[in-house]
Amino acid sequence: MSDSPRVTALDAVHRALGATMTDFAGWSMPLRYGSERAEHEAVRTAAGLFDLSHMGEIAVLGEEAGALLDFALVGRLSALRVGRARYTMICAEDGGILDDLIVYRLAEAEFLVVANAGNAERVLTALSERAAGFAAEVRDDRDAYALLAVQGPAAAGVLAELTDADLAGLRYYAGLPGTVAGKPALIARTGYTGEDGFELFVAPADAEALWAALTAAGAADGLVPCGLACRDTLRLEAGMPLYGHELTERTTPFDAGLGRVVKFEKPGDFVGRAALERAAERAASAPPRVLVGLVAAERRVPRAGYPVVDATGAVIGEVTSGAPSPTLGRPVAIAYVDATHAEPGTAGVAVDIRGTAAPHEVIALPFYTRQR
Amino acid sequence: MSNPQHLRYSKEHEWLSESADGVATVGITEFAATALGDVVYVQLPEVGDTVTAGDSCGELESTKSVSDLYAPVNGEITEVNQAVVDDPALVNSAPFEAGWLFRVRIDSASDAPAELMSADEYAAFTEQ
Repeated sequence: MSDSPRVTALDAVHRALGATMTDFAGWSMPLRYGSERAEHEAVRTAAGLFDLSHMGEIAVLGEEAGALLDFALVGRLSALRVGRARYTMICAEDGGILDDLIVYRLAEAEFLVVANAGNAERVLTALSERAAGFAAEVRDDRDAYALLAVQGPAAAGVLAELTDADLAGLRYYAGLPGTVAGKPALIARTGYTGEDGFELFVAPADAEALWAALTAAGAADGLVPCGLACRDTLRLEAGMPLYGHELTERTTPFDAGLGRVVKFEKPGDFVGRAALERAAERAASAPPRVLVGLVAAERRVPRAGYPVVDATGAVIGEVTSGAPSPTLGRPVAIAYVDATHAEPGTAGVAVDIRGTAAPHEVIALPFYTRQR
Repeated sequence: MSNPQHLRYSKEHEWLSESADGVATVGITEFAATALGDVVYVQLPEVGDTVTAGDSCGELESTKSVSDLYAPVNGEITEVNQAVVDDPALVNSAPFEAGWLFRVRIDSASDAPAELMSADEYAAFTEQ
């Protein structure tokens, strides 16, 4: 394995745009092009263009592809209609989350699993192991795709200039093959920003041309290139979990308040079922800690790993993600807190910011919901 | 990225402008401001505080991280920039002008720190 980070098909574009690059999960990725706050605001009010080519694509093919995914993941993917997508997770035998995933059903016997960059290798390994005995093939398609995302209220209008695909008929969490700017693309109405938007899976060789076409089409609508920094504040405001922060191997979907993705009613066994049944019961009867939103009263920023304390200074939880929220104008955090302090409005909750108890308001997630 | 020739620079990316009365104005460089990203909060020392070269005397928070602010010289704080406390974005938009951070009366009894660099030396330092 090489020490130097991998670069995406758009690397030269990022450098030409003067992006500040960062190493992320083994990839060299754009952190920001100018001001991350301006990029964040562009996505909330106009549109942003992201390079997400670091995400890990895995194809699952064959007659029993759906059955394999039902066994390997916590969701019921065999019930997914062709052209639709689902948010799901892959868990270990003990119920711990190995990754959170988006799965697209491209055809009756063809699924596209999209893993986080940092987990793609182990998702690929787990799926391959779990495929034993199924009439299905697990194929590493990480090099087959570049992934561009257009996100924001103007995204549909920008994309409509470049495609004949029926965008109006494309629902949230659906994807269909089409062409964008003359390039073949899987056009998916998915994203990670809390806004309407699209993710475009294309051949790496077409990525630069597509980036240029989207940039030109979006110029009049205020579309700007956006980096990972604003992607994180956007998803945080939208209350979306991030692997390695809210989700870890030591967390089950029920601990993260995402038990709804686990489909116990599906036929047959699946990896982690027994442990997850116990986790579901525990979360319902005596939850240890609950994922909540915290809004800072002051301007110092709660960061991942900072303790959450009560009025006496006793530790009652831990921040998993925190950042200044451009939309709220104040710092916000996602945190696991003891169930006794998880009710919105609980008095006396503070975050220990480097030795000072900074008061925070407990709220239900998300911090931001777009107007539909 | 240009570093004004009349300033001196620390390895911790502060700039320092000395006046005839022995009071220096201190800020962070454009290099540092760019590396931090959008600054959202600054905590400055208080007027009357005594600061020591190389020691932390405040904080700069950006979207993704928090960094210590270091004193480039020994001395006593004579003034802090309230405008930058109220609008931390000044650190990014005008790091060498409106985004200055504090003024310090240099303690002439102590040895002047040798680590301060010229603009050219600092430019070479940040290219390493």
